[in-house]
Order: sequence, then C-alpha cells, then structure tokens
Amino acid sequence: MTAIDPTAHLTSEQIEELGRELDAIRDEVIAGRGERDAAYIRKVIAAQRKLELVSRGVLLFSLFPPAWLLGTAGLSVAKIMDNMEIGHNILHGQWDWMRDPKIHSTTWEWDHVSPSEQWKHSHNELHHTYTNVIGKDNDLGYGIMRVDEDQKWHPFHLGQPLWNFLNACFFEYGIAAYDLELGKNLSKRRRKNPEFRARAKAVGRKIRKQVLKDYVIHPLLSGPSFLPTLAATFTANLVRNVWTHSVIMCGHFPEGVQVFERRSIVGETRGQWYLRQMMGSANISGSKAMHFMTGNLSHQIEHHLFPDLPSNRYAEVAVKVRALFAKYELEYVTGPLPKQVFSAWHKVFRLALPNKETEVRAPDRERELVAA
Amino acid sequence: MTSAALRSRAWKLLEMVTTPLLPSDYLDLVSPLREGADLRGRIEAVHPETGDAATVVIRPGRGWRGHTAGQYVRIGVDVDGVRLWRAYSLTSPTHRRDGRFTITVKAIPDGKVSNHLVRRAKPGTLIQLDQPTGDFVLSQAKPAKVFYLTAGSGITPVMGMLRDTELDDVVMVHCAPRPQDVIFRDELHDLVADGKLRLIEVHTDTDGVLDIARLDELVPDWAERETWACGPAGLLDAAEEHWTGHGVLERLHTERFRPGIVVAGDGGEVTFSVSGKTVAADGATPLLDIGEEAGVLMPSGCRMGICFGCVTPLKAGAVRDLRTGGITEAEPGVLIQTCVSAAAGPCDIER
Ligand code: FES
Repeated sequence: MTAIDPTAHLTSEQIEELGRELDAIRDEVIAGRGERDAAYIRKVIAAQRKLELVSRGVLLFSLFPPAWLLGTAGLSVAKIMDNMEIGHNILHGQWDWMRDPKIHSTTWEWDHVSPSEQWKHSHNELHHTYTNVIGKDNDLGYGIMRVDEDQKWHPFHLGQPLWNFLNACFFEYGIAAYDLELGKNLSKRRRKNPEFRARAKAVGRKIRKQVLKDYVIHPLLSGPSFLPTLAATFTANLVRNVWTHSVIMCGHFPEGVQVFERRSIVGETRGQWYLRQMMGSANISGSKAMHFMTGNLSHQIEHHLFPDLPSNRYAEVAVKVRALFAKYELEYVTGPLPKQVFSAWHKVFRLALPNKETEVRAPDRERELVAA
Repeated sequence: MTSAALRSRAWKLLEMVTTPLLPSDYLDLVSPLREGADLRGRIEAVHPETGDAATVVIRPGRGWRGHTAGQYVRIGVDVDGVRLWRAYSLTSPTHRRDGRFTITVKAIPDGKVSNHLVRRAKPGTLIQLDQPTGDFVLSQAKPAKVFYLTAGSGITPVMGMLRDTELDDVVMVHCAPRPQDVIFRDELHDLVADGKLRLIEVHTDTDGVLDIARLDELVPDWAERETWACGPAGLLDAAEEHWTGHGVLERLHTERFRPGIVVAGDGGEVTFSVSGKTVAADGATPLLDIGEEAGVLMPSGCRMGICFGCVTPLKAGAVRDLRTGGITEAEPGVLIQTCVSAAAGPCDIER
C-alpha cells in the first residue's frame, strides 16, 4: 500500500515456497523443544521473583537514598521481566507445551492493570492475526494515532506526539483501555452492554489490587519510608511503562515497515500471511542483555512469524529467517534501539500533519473500504 | 479473635502484598515440600531391581496423608520439559519411619515416563504428587488364607502388601519371562526361606503363558483363598472367568493396569469450548491426547481410566468409551473421562 510494493518481485509460487521454508524452521524448533527450554523459563521466573522480593525488601529502607536507588532500579527491572520475557510470552502460550498449570497461558496473571484474559484477546487474537491491517489491527496507532500516510488525517492528530508521550508514561492503563476498546464502548448505547460491563469490572478489580499493592500496602509496610517507597514504586512503574512502550513501538512503527489494506488479506494463503508478518514487523539489534530485557521482542519479526515458539529460541531462529529475507530479496528492518525509537517517534511527529497524498487519495480509499 | 481467624487475616494481607501472585509462589522458591503447599515429592534415590525395573525412593511433602498397602499414587514427572502424569503402585510398607515411600517402575517399550524414571531420573528432582488411592487393598479382617496371582509389574501392589502385613498362609503365583525378570526376586526367596510365603514362579519364556486351568495343580485350594490378582488384561480376564465359573468371584480382587482398547469409532470435530479450539479427531484416539495435541490444558492422571483426574464436562455430542465401546451422550452434568473416551461424532468438551 506504500507507493512501491517491496514484495512485487515475488511470484505467488515463490511466496508459497517461502511459507514452506518458514514452516520447516518452525517444525525444527518444535521437535527440539525440551528440558533445556523448560529449565530456562523456570530459571527466569525464579530470578524475577527473587529480584522483586529483594528490591521490595530494600525499599523498606528507602528513606536512605542509596536504598531508594537500588530498590527502584531492581523493582523496575523485575517489573520489566514480569511483563516482557515472562508475562507476554507465557500469555502467548509459548510454554503451554510443558503442561505445567502454573506456567500456562490459561492460568497466568501478570503484574499489569489489564487482566491477562482481556489482553490475550486483543493482542493474541486481533493484533497477531490482523497485523498491520488498517482498520483491523488496533495496535496500529492504538486508535489514537496516525501511523501511515494512507490513514486519513484529522485535526485531532496534531496532538499525537503528546498522546503518544502520555501513552508511554501510563502505558499499562493505555493497554487496559485499549483491551476494553474504551473509545468505541463508551458510547451511550454500548456502555450498557453487560459483556462490556463485566469486562470493565474485571479491569477495575485488577487496577484496585495493583494500586493497593504498589501505592498503599508496600509504602505502609515501609513505615517512615512511606513516601520514598511510594515514589519508588511509581518510578518503577513509569520506567517499566516507558520501556515497554518504546520496545513495542519499535516492533511495527519504524520507517520501512509496511501496512496493509483490509481487502488485501481476503483469501490470504499461508505464504502471504507469513509475508505480511515479515513486512509488517521490525527488529531491534543489540546484545543478549538487550534481547532479554525486551522479552525477545527485539526479535519482533521472528515473534510475529512464530508467536508461540519459546522466546529463548528466537535468537537462533533469527539467523535462518534473516537468510530467507536475503534469499527472497526483502528488507529486514532492524537497528539499534535508539535509532528505531527515533525512527518511530519521527513518524509520529511527521504524520501529526496532513500529507498531500492523503488528501488526494483519501476519498478513493474510502470508497475501496466500503466496497471491501 | 481466634488464632485461626488471625492467621487467615494475615494471609489475606499477604495476598495483597504479593498480588497478582500468591504468597505460595514465593514460598515455593524456598520450601516446596512445606505444609500447605501443593503436594510434591522429591526423588531421593533410584535403585535398580532388574534390567528394566527400578525402585524410586520419594520423600513426600508435609501434606502427604500416607497410604494403605496395595494402593497406587499418581505422580507428575517432567520428561523432556513436559509434565506427564502416571499412576504407580506403592511398594513400601506403610508408616516407614523415615517418612519416605517407594514406587517400583518397570520400563515399558516406548513408555516415556517409565523409561525416564528407570534410566534417567536423578535424586533431588521434584515431582508432583496426589494422595494415594485405590481399593486394591487387604480386607479389614485378616483373611486366613491368601493367594496372590501376579504377572510382570503386577507384582508391585502385591509386594506393598507382602511387606506391610504378615499373614499366616500366603501362596503366590508370579509370571515373568525369565528368572532374572522377576522383580524383588531375592526378597521373595528370603520370605520363602523364612517360611512366610509359598512361591510358584512361572517363567513364560520356557513354560509358556500360564494356563489358568493349571491352578488346580499349582494351588489346589485356590478356590478357598481370598485372592488378589494384578497383571495384564489377558490374565485378569481369564481369572475372572475362572472364578466366576466356580462361583467364587467374590473372593477375587483385581487391579487392571491398562484398559483393553476396543475397535475404532467414527470420530468427528471436537470443540474445546473454553479454549475456543476445534480439531478433527478420529474414533480411536483418546480426547485427552487430542486436547493436549491442540494445546488445551487438559487435566490428567493415570491415563487409563482409573483415577478420574481427567473428568471434564461433555457439553454436546457423544463420546465412546474406549474400554467398553459404550456411548455417552451429552446431558447437563455429564462428565467424561477424557483419557478413555474418543469422539463418536462431533462433540463439545468444556476445556
Ligand atoms: S487420567 Fe485417570 S481416569 Fe483419566
């Protein structure tokens, strides 16, 4: 849908062959899954719990600045681990094959205000199925931003750098609202819908518990360190939110990532589905530590191709996937975190203003959408 | 306030501290066998018994309630990272002083769990446990004359009984391919030497499969004896027929290790309505396997129809019992054992 289709040189036979090659990569990982992988996730979970415990312990003395710093840093990292490498991936069912009811997508609850159940629906089902399809994938700008030239401009978008900044700071609340489809559901008619109300209630319950824990109970337990602990937990949540938001923005928003029209996915074959995931995602390059702290979402392309493979395998899969990009002469969008974050933000700013093409093409496009 | 109420308040507060996790998630890190934890055990030793059987010594968690001789326990073992549940007879006497218990496992060809336990399990490994269960046990009143009829690993629950309860008059007929395949052979012969047991070994490699009619000659008073029989389905079927034929079936107690699988049914589309998955199933594969293949979290235990660890509501359609061929149709409140049920046409399983 961008001016030049970067996949135009591929024949449909080639696309299906590409799909088969990707299937083979997947099968190989599944056949090799075993004890080593199970040990990995158990180790990460145990480490996260210990880190959180120790950090909260240190924060009991957060009246002393070094304790505040140490505790806040530790808690921030623990929260990032819980959300990214552990929560996100378990909720994708990446570890369901272990048949351990404690590490299973149907039972896991994360340290986040959006209840797992709701997030799984909006993320696993909607975003991963309709990746980057305008009008279907709500992750595309979260319904508050314009992320592609072909999306219709509206004066509201002038504020999108600000919306994006606020969304980054309170990302978990943004996600909860997004999972509830608040924008759509707050209309008079939909507000009363019992199903929506039940879901809103569940979110309310989760928020209450999370807030109580972070901003009441733990500060109270700290006694004289009440205020510093409160500030520390707030900071840790802020750090976690900004970090996850940045990582996630790098997954689909940097320059070079493609978006798709609704009708382009009608009758999509397996090969075409794979191709859309390849063209619609972007990676972050970096060290092992960087991959770990992003929950391996630095391998966003691989994650989108194989959302249910264990995250610790994405690095090895990436080598093979990248070779396929080269073989089929496709652009593998990747770069270091600062570059990707800058690229994504640059786009947010750029698209806050209308662009010429849209004005010309918008009416056309709308007609197409109606037809579809 | 009573101390129990205080404790429950404190626990509630602790839950608020650890939300969304539970306090036990943290306690499990340091003390997985503590009182109040999910029941687990730790493998402390593995002793080989024969070329393909081994006794596993397990220290159970504090919540273990103990067993009665002859019962079995379901254990959940991680094999290649996948948690698999199986049931094994307890072979240790009840109330061992050191608080441990043993199971004795025979590696069956292609048996994932049995081969793992016999050949690869390491001391120190944590396993999941259920409380022991089963009614293949001695009667309250000690019977005057007892007959144990066993084959292969069918000896394991009986060994648990032999070690636990000394009886005055015990005869045992045990079948195994060769002498070296007899599990616990030395111990059995010690019992014989002490005059506590009359043992008849049938070595099927040389003697052929036990012909049940031979019992008259091997154990002339078999019909007067309270009998416990455990082994493959063929032996037990023959025994049941024989005891019935002589009108003494009430004296026969049997324990079956595997269901005899009957002919394949029709199969159909199976919907797992909770997880929202629909898959095609044939009429011979247990729904438990079908669900697990599809990535649905299916509870399970023995996988052979005895523990009811796999019961699941059947919301629509019909299933066939793989052991009997019987058809169960969906009705409110109908539960099926997914490990021994296959799709008999389209059905909806609440998982
Ligand atoms: S798993 Fe034991 S009865 Fe089904």
